[in-house]
Amino acid sequence: MIPALAIILVFQLIGEVATRSLGLLLPGPVLGLLLLVLSCTLRPALAEMLRPVVTGILGHLSLFFVPAGVGVVAHLGQFRSDGLAVALALTVSTALAIAAGALVFRAVVRWTGGSEE
Amino acid sequence: MTDAALIWSYLTQGPLLWLTATLIAYWLGDTFFRAMGRQSWANPVLCAVILLACVLGLTGTSYQTYFEGAQFVHFMLGPATVALGMPLYDNLRRVRKAALPLVAALLAGSVTAVVSALAIGKAFGLSEVMLASLAPKSTTAPVAIGIAEGLGGEPTITAVLVLVTGIFGAIIATPLLNALGIRDWRARGFSLGVAAHGIGTARAFQVNETAGAFAGIGMGLNAVLTSIIAPLALRLFG
Repeated sequence: MIPALAIILVFQLIGEVATRSLGLLLPGPVLGLLLLVLSCTLRPALAEMLRPVVTGILGHLSLFFVPAGVGVVAHLGQFRSDGLAVALALTVSTALAIAAGALVFRAVVRWTGGSEE
Repeated sequence: MTDAALIWSYLTQGPLLWLTATLIAYWLGDTFFRAMGRQSWANPVLCAVILLACVLGLTGTSYQTYFEGAQFVHFMLGPATVALGMPLYDNLRRVRKAALPLVAALLAGSVTAVVSALAIGKAFGLSEVMLASLAPKSTTAPVAIGIAEGLGGEPTITAVLVLVTGIFGAIIATPLLNALGIRDWRARGFSLGVAAHGIGTARAFQVNETAGAFAGIGMGLNAVLTSIIAPLALRLFG
């Protein structure tokens, strides 16, 4: 467990250092995510070594954003004044994004002559 | 006899109390979620947040004090983001097979999610901080919080917006996609994963295994793409 956790933290560390020193737009952990995919592709044995810890972490993914979520307490006033605009932006754009993604997916499958699944 | 106030002041000085409270609140929320048959509206994080907000309000505890204990849980967002690479790695073969429609749908869904939210927000005169917090709302929480922090947004607002986006997307996806006549499970799942991250992915898995797998791919790819699109789109609207 400890080696796997250390490797995951090293990916994040490399990601943070690289994005900061190169001034990249990506958050460091996202670069760490890409490094993990790349490393596992190059060395499939690594994926099996990391898997138990990764499964553990991802199984409790939602827990980790509880602290940030509680922070809404500190911003209740802002939500009272901007609530309607935020709700509208959020709902309309989410519906549009689902529709756009699905319609484009279907259009490209048909255009390239692929079959539906 | 020891004064209860003394014990309380001891507890509020260290991280133990609020770390424990965070775990218990999530545990209760998760129990409630299971008891409700895993319905999207009974989201365990939302339950835990409401519960903790009530406890903080009743005890007159500031968010700063709370966060001193909760920061250990918050820290795990980084490693969790790295760990999201694993499902992506597991599905690389399926990604390659449907590469063209995936890339096109990813671009369409991701750009629509960011740009339409910013356009509506801007039209209603939202502040720049609010727009920056809103931009990554379709991305999985750990990444969205990282993006919002980088853009000068308020990560706590982003966390709540991400949650609400996921719950809303999970509820409307089935009727919306039926109305549009989309029958391909890959298209249905993928678009939901891109627009409504992990909560959408969980919903997709409930409906269909293929939809769930593609929702997971959509969530992972969108985390990477939104990190690039959000700053550019915000510059456009800023």
